Amino acid sequence: MKRLIPLAPILYIMFLMLPIYWLLNMSFKTTNEILGGFSLWPHNFTLENYRTIFTDPTWYLGYVNSITYVSINTAISVSVALPAAYAFSRYRFLGDKHLFFWLLTNRMAPPAVFALPFFQLYSAVELFDTHLAVALAHCLFNIPLAVWILEGFMSGIPKELDETAYVDGYSFPRFFFKVFVPTITAGIGVAAFFCFMFSWVELLLAKTLTAVEAKPIAAIMTKTASSAGYELGLLAAAGCLTIIPGAFVIYFVRNYIAKGFALGRV
Amino acid sequence: MAVKTENQKAWFFILPVIILVAFNALIPLMTVVNYSVQETFGNNVFLWSGVRWFEDVLHSERFHAALGRQLMFTGIILAIQVPLGVAIALTMPRQGPWVPVCLVLMALPLLIPWNVVGAMWNIFALPDIGLLGRSINAMGIDYDMTQQPYAAWFTLVLMDVWHWTSLVVLLAYAGLISIPDAYYQAAKIDGAKAWAVFRHIQLPKMKQVLTIAILLRFMDSFMIYTEPFVLTGGGPGNATTLLSIDLVKIALGQFDLGMAGAMSLIYFLITLLVSWVFYTLMTRDDPN
Repeated sequence: MKRLIPLAPILYIMFLMLPIYWLLNMSFKTTNEILGGFSLWPHNFTLENYRTIFTDPTWYLGYVNSITYVSINTAISVSVALPAAYAFSRYRFLGDKHLFFWLLTNRMAPPAVFALPFFQLYSAVELFDTHLAVALAHCLFNIPLAVWILEGFMSGIPKELDETAYVDGYSFPRFFFKVFVPTITAGIGVAAFFCFMFSWVELLLAKTLTAVEAKPIAAIMTKTASSAGYELGLLAAAGCLTIIPGAFVIYFVRNYIAKGFALGRV
Repeated sequence: MAVKTENQKAWFFILPVIILVAFNALIPLMTVVNYSVQETFGNNVFLWSGVRWFEDVLHSERFHAALGRQLMFTGIILAIQVPLGVAIALTMPRQGPWVPVCLVLMALPLLIPWNVVGAMWNIFALPDIGLLGRSINAMGIDYDMTQQPYAAWFTLVLMDVWHWTSLVVLLAYAGLISIPDAYYQAAKIDGAKAWAVFRHIQLPKMKQVLTIAILLRFMDSFMIYTEPFVLTGGGPGNATTLLSIDLVKIALGQFDLGMAGAMSLIYFLITLLVSWVFYTLMTRDDPN
């Protein structure tokens, strides 16, 4: 039994890596080789697919667009969620519980429901096809999540910290930014990670709210798939590149992930 | 847990959140409500139609079928992902240099854009050039996702297990590592068996994170759209047309706004109801 123990995670990770390997394998093949036959590794290794993506602005600007709106969204979500989470964790006030649940309900609204109204709303306020539109729209599910995570972290911090600071003569803003925020950096890291993650992977709203200027990479992929024949090699390369920002972000929060989950409620 | 003080000024802290979320939630929701009670013949002419659309949706075979498929999908993936995730978390090493490596690799599928997940699995499962499809066929099982409903379902479930089990693993693992060593030592002194340790120490400690995991997995699987849309397009036939795929077909494909509006609201209410039950269960033991 003891010897078997590490086997399960290893098998699981291998299962996780298989489709990713397959995508990587295809990204180094030409489309002809992919369609020509089945092979476990590329026989005519080529970087042509990656070169196309890095030299064609319609492709690489897709990455820039995605990263831009994801960053704006993460910044907005975390900064408005901070004071709100503080209020939920420290004070009782009229309607607090209902408000908290109402916030969570927005995490439950299927984006498919909102696609069309979102298009009309953001066209009406003349934000259609801007990075800000997508960043604001993603607030719908990211702010509730950020509040939820941060509230969990803040509730774990004893109230004595606040009281000591007041006794020491700190004003509220000074206490909040100089004392409180630094003690929950792990929580902010975890919240930012989740906001990044959910904004990065969402496509339906991002696609609905953009046309040319702010089109996310994922939408460019689906468009190319239908218009330029079926350029499988190119698609696979583009897909592989969408994994990189995520992997990068996880690497930074790797030490917080487990700890952060444990401290916070998420 | 800190004792909370009564303070109505706390509302000011929450105001920015409310404004942003309300802008994104209430206006579109009202638009949907608006559509759901009106009849349109194009040209922006709308006529009041009362609850007719709701009656239509609730009596429609198509809606029942899509809802049935949706419930089946959510049921299956919860039944697989939760036990599997807990099992993997239990067998993970608690410390050592491999822990961060394992966590990073496991979190990877969570950060891949959903349509890339769909496209990746579509390619992976193709019977001629995909590793999965090719291997299954090589074992002598006839497998073609684009033709056979059961193969499409198998691929869909496998894809979701691949995509989301890690979330359960991460949450369960976080619950596990928060258990102090003293608990295990006490259990050892008492001569507790592995099952007893799991049942009386690990499971209660994981209860809260697991409820969150189930809640998140329920909500996300119930509104899944992009992955199955890219993977199977709802086919073959209507075999994998889940609720949101059907909804988008009605709203954007047929431009049947009244029907789509009513369906959206019913859909939203079902999600809300189930989540509320979870939320109540979750906060029941919470002292605050």
